[in-house]
Amino acid sequence: MLGNIFNADFFASSIRIAIPLALAGLGGVVSEKSGVINIGLEGMMLTSAFTVVAVTNFSQNPWIGVLSAILIGIVLGLIHAVTSITFRANQIVSGVAINLFASGITVFLAWLFFNETQIMAVKNLPVWGLSIPAPGEGSSVVRSFIVIFLHHSPLVFITVIIFALAHFILFKTPFGLRIRSVGEYPEAADTMGVNVIKMRYLAVITSGALAGLAGSFLSLEQAHFFVKEISGGRGFIALAAMIFGKWTPLGTAGAALLFGFGEALSIRLQGVLAIPVQFINMVPYVLAIFVLVSAIGRATPPAADGIPYEKEVG
Amino acid sequence: MKSNNNINVYSFLEKITPLIAVMFALLVGAIVILIIGEDPIFVYKVLFSNALGSKVGWGNVLFRSTPLIFTGLTVAFAFRCGLFNIGGEGQMYIGTFFATWVGFTFTNLPSFLLIPLCIIAAATGGALWAAVPGILKAKSGVHEVIVTIMMNWIAASLTFYLVLQFKAPPTEAMKAAGVKQMIPHTREIAEAARLPRIYHLLKSINIDFPSYVQANVSFFIAIAVAMLVYYILWKTNLGYEIRAVGYSPLAAEYGGINVSRNIVLAMVISGALAGLVATNEVMGFKYRWRQELFTGYGFNGIAVALLGKNHPFGVVLAAILFGVLNYGGAIVNIFTGGRIPRELIMVLQAVIVIFVVISDEIVKRIIRKRRKTA
Repeated sequence: MLGNIFNADFFASSIRIAIPLALAGLGGVVSEKSGVINIGLEGMMLTSAFTVVAVTNFSQNPWIGVLSAILIGIVLGLIHAVTSITFRANQIVSGVAINLFASGITVFLAWLFFNETQIMAVKNLPVWGLSIPAPGEGSSVVRSFIVIFLHHSPLVFITVIIFALAHFILFKTPFGLRIRSVGEYPEAADTMGVNVIKMRYLAVITSGALAGLAGSFLSLEQAHFFVKEISGGRGFIALAAMIFGKWTPLGTAGAALLFGFGEALSIRLQGVLAIPVQFINMVPYVLAIFVLVSAIGRATPPAADGIPYEKEVG
Repeated sequence: MKSNNNINVYSFLEKITPLIAVMFALLVGAIVILIIGEDPIFVYKVLFSNALGSKVGWGNVLFRSTPLIFTGLTVAFAFRCGLFNIGGEGQMYIGTFFATWVGFTFTNLPSFLLIPLCIIAAATGGALWAAVPGILKAKSGVHEVIVTIMMNWIAASLTFYLVLQFKAPPTEAMKAAGVKQMIPHTREIAEAARLPRIYHLLKSINIDFPSYVQANVSFFIAIAVAMLVYYILWKTNLGYEIRAVGYSPLAAEYGGINVSRNIVLAMVISGALAGLVATNEVMGFKYRWRQELFTGYGFNGIAVALLGKNHPFGVVLAAILFGVLNYGGAIVNIFTGGRIPRELIMVLQAVIVIFVVISDEIVKRIIRKRRKTA
């Protein structure tokens, strides 16, 4: 029974479910580390999920699709940056507007270009890594290892590299220190000659690009189609992962894997388990609230998170 | 003296930024329509003349604005206390479910008891759901935005579970055809729990009104609630304290106001307002809780509150404008045979939100500059 559930395919699918959560969650980390809340991740993912399928179908090249989706993520990130950094508008409002925009524009364009709201992707990215040996051929341990770690969409491997880079950049380089400093104490950073506005722009645009990649994976690689509201709250689960991961890349990756594991489990256990699937679906959100409240290992956001920076003029 | 006049001009500008934002959004919409290759003037004419040119249009507009008045007030009320309640969506799910449950459970109560009971249940459900982020904010200082976001999704899962528990039995027609419920929904609420439609009211005073228009008494409840919110905020001690906390929590505390208590109260009242969406959608329209019936009202309430400058009467006007756009957009969709999808309206709403916050900021900056040079 347990062996039937916890097999290699199960862990591989946990990883696949975790990828968009992790990427968007990292977008949240980068943005909030610089002091800008980005609840528009959901909308950025949704718009990119549409873009990747639409462009892939028109260009017949999934890589061009992925690049366009990242570009769209960057554009939406730029909009969020302009409204919330330059115009110092409320960051939550700007994020909500992006989500509203995404829900509208994706269905609008889907009707316009495809005359339907579910669009199959005509092509996918090639699978990278080793090919899976046929059953009975070679040892089962090797086979499981390949299934879990070495037979995936290129975006899975790219995600791993991105996370390693993000951790290194944020915590081991002067540039990362600058990003974190404008999110903790922008006045001090400014006095030290750090360009607060520029740093925040870079961070928010990067978060848009990451959400774009997350959206690409969701529709092109995971579902193989785009459908209205395909993001279905994953942008917010990503925020939960960010909180659960205490605003660090590696913590966020861990939380995303945990949530991916939970979702994969709830799919497998549908009808088998006494706990209804709806309650399993609540777990990420409940956990996020719990870590915010609990005194032990309390998660604290960056000090200047959500506060627009205004340069003092003598 | 002259510079003072200038400041007056600009504070007037500040008041009408929503109008400027709407104009800009319509302009953006016109450009989009042009790009598609349609005539914007014609499209807007169809949109506004259908929404505003007839009884049917007005009825539909009022029907569509009613839930937005409630969710707009939800956001506006909390905002007056300095809280950003973006959990209207979840509070609405729970409140509407409570009301529906009362409506199909206490079926032998008479109308004059059952209707108030349903309304109280709706408000209670929303209030309970909003109390959680309120208490967490007041006691542990946890940011209400994150908690309300998470509570929205918990509510969505919880009501999905509940609707399956209270699923309506298959109808004779469904049994005959051998099909199951496509969209999960509960049993219908009792006849006695239903609110009369505007058609029924007007018929009793011999005014002709199409019976298929779903506008119902809930709209008047919404207007009354908006007035009540105005009264609470500006004419009672509670409202004074809530606004004081919103203006400056530290100063309020120094003045002897219990900040924690007011934060919790503001969230609870705000959530109760979201629950009242039940009056329109359940008690006045579908008579049952149906999955996806309410989706989006809570989030659109944020746009409505912003456009209405977080003032109850502004919220009513903004909700009616959104009602016009929503209904008119649906008509345009049909009228152009789908060449202009109705989702254009959602895009316009997003553009309105962005322009409201941007134009607010621009006007503020101009005023500040003038003050300095004055």
